[in-house]
Amino acid sequence: MITKDYIITAAEGIHARPATALVKLTKKFTSAISIKKGDRTVKLNSLLNILALAAKGGDTITIIGEGEDEVAAMAAIDIFFQEELKHL
Amino acid sequence: MMMNGIGASPGIAIGRAYVLKKQEPILTAVILLNDADILIEIEKFNNAVALSISEVEAMISNYDTSQGAEGLDILEVHIELLSDPQIKDDVTEKISKDRKNVNDAMIEVIRDAVQLFKNMDDEYLSARAADVRDIGDRLLKNLNTTHKITARQYGPDTIIIAEDLTPSDTISMDITHVIGFATQAGGKTSHAAIIAKSRGIPAVVGCGPQLKNIQVDDILILDGQTGQIMVNPGRDIIEQYIMQRDAYLAQAALLRSIKDKPAITTDGTTIKLFANIGDAADMEHALGFGAEGSGLLRTELLFMGRDTLPTEEEQFEFYKAVALKAKGKPVIVRTLDIGGDKQLPYFNFPAEQNPFLGYRAIRICLDRKDIFITQLKAIWRASAFGKLKIMFPMISNIQEIRAAKAILHEAMDELTKADVPFDKTIEIGIMIEIPSAAITADLLAKEVDFFSIGTNDLCQYTLAVDRMNEKIKDLYDPYNPGVLRLIAYVIEQGHKHHIAVGMCGELASDPKATLLLLGMGLTEVSMSAASIPQIKNIIINNNLATAKRVHQRVMEMDNSQAITAYLQEINA
Repeated sequence: MITKDYIITAAEGIHARPATALVKLTKKFTSAISIKKGDRTVKLNSLLNILALAAKGGDTITIIGEGEDEVAAMAAIDIFFQEELKHL
Repeated sequence: MMMNGIGASPGIAIGRAYVLKKQEPILTAVILLNDADILIEIEKFNNAVALSISEVEAMISNYDTSQGAEGLDILEVHIELLSDPQIKDDVTEKISKDRKNVNDAMIEVIRDAVQLFKNMDDEYLSARAADVRDIGDRLLKNLNTTHKITARQYGPDTIIIAEDLTPSDTISMDITHVIGFATQAGGKTSHAAIIAKSRGIPAVVGCGPQLKNIQVDDILILDGQTGQIMVNPGRDIIEQYIMQRDAYLAQAALLRSIKDKPAITTDGTTIKLFANIGDAADMEHALGFGAEGSGLLRTELLFMGRDTLPTEEEQFEFYKAVALKAKGKPVIVRTLDIGGDKQLPYFNFPAEQNPFLGYRAIRICLDRKDIFITQLKAIWRASAFGKLKIMFPMISNIQEIRAAKAILHEAMDELTKADVPFDKTIEIGIMIEIPSAAITADLLAKEVDFFSIGTNDLCQYTLAVDRMNEKIKDLYDPYNPGVLRLIAYVIEQGHKHHIAVGMCGELASDPKATLLLLGMGLTEVSMSAASIPQIKNIIINNNLATAKRVHQRVMEMDNSQAITAYLQEINA
């Protein structure tokens, strides 16, 4: 299992468009990937659940990946949060 | 009759009302008696999902991207929602455990999800309730595959009046006939509003139940900017609005044609066009006009209209919000510029003979270090969230710059010790608005990363004219050859010392001055957001060689009447 914290630097937080991209990205991997904000943890494969987390700019979230391709999955998610999120 | 809602998409529509009625889904309260039915109902759900996804995919492949990509993004979101495992699990559970039929299971799951979003205190997220309802409507419709829905036909110049519109309704709206819409529900960030904006049709949302008073074929004027709706107005009002509509369309066409074009002269010089802003909402507004950042964030707003000084935390949140909204584009934060005509109720300014020549701006900040360092720390901290720059106002000599920088470094040391992240490479600049600063630009340039010329104060200090004094207001004249020479000198010295020179005063937004300033070598101008398209239009249709000639000619003239007459003529 790998976990990593991120501070959301995009103003709107994880809104519909980046959340959609995140779900699509997650589906490429077989590992179970979850997102945690505060005491709530949800699977990253559900757009509804990600939006319901209401992660805003400045919030800290944790990504938890577990499975065979967890290293590759977490690396892809790392790029997403460090680079892609701000352009979405 | 007149009504008010929230202006969600600007523009004016004048046309006939069509009142759209929507049917609420009805629960059947059927209980499934045998297990075989459970499998059949789940199968029906899966079929409805597959059919719905293929419908939305068809909408995506038929999508006309000339109307902006916003609708496309929303349809992608709908595909994900339709295939959402959480929705599937919930529906399946209601069918297999509660033994409800697929109709009821789906209505309940969608209703709960809609409620979940509606209850969020975040305006953006609560608006997503409409997307969930949209996919819910589609799924329900597709449960009953024998029931074919044909596209509605509208007459020309139709304005749709509805309780609410789903994003799909808005995307598939036939805008050759539909020229605007108004809804009872909804907010500025609803997807219906976003799509209306990208398709350029005026819309008013959040009108409430008063909208029920509108009848089919009523004549309506809908103002998507102010949120006003006029029902069966008089002829003179209609004529007045036809003129407003045409003026708006001309302005919007110009903006659309050049909004995303970079401001480059025909011979390849890039000019950066920034907006003067007061808060994060202004920043967002400015990006819509094609601003490439902000050349002036006035921080006074944060200090005015309250009883006490804002705390570091309050200021940090304010600057952070602006930095985030700018999405990585530069924002020049001007430190507190109070005094003169800007007073604070909780700050005791001594009565002065000449407040404009008195205790104000950087002079207060260097004297009240406690106020200054709090602001600087807040800006440093916010710099981790975007590209901020710091600018000191009212600099008259080099000692003030050094003193301000010393306090800035003190703030930096405190944050470093506390291990708070910030942008260590932040650029530092000054306003050039006092003649002594302009004349010593060669000396000051060695201390800072950029200059920003504040033409309003520079003009009044250079000409010794109080611009509030009616009797002498004609003397207040930025085209005075003395003022123009000062500006040209500052730009020249900036280039010589390889630092950026911008302008954030009113002269920057005066179309008469654009070519002259370009000719002087200015490459950054900051102005009110609404002025950007007009100024950009001048830049992209001219070349630097012409601008240099204009500058040369103007410098040969000995009075501002001749200068303004000449500048007016070349712009015509």
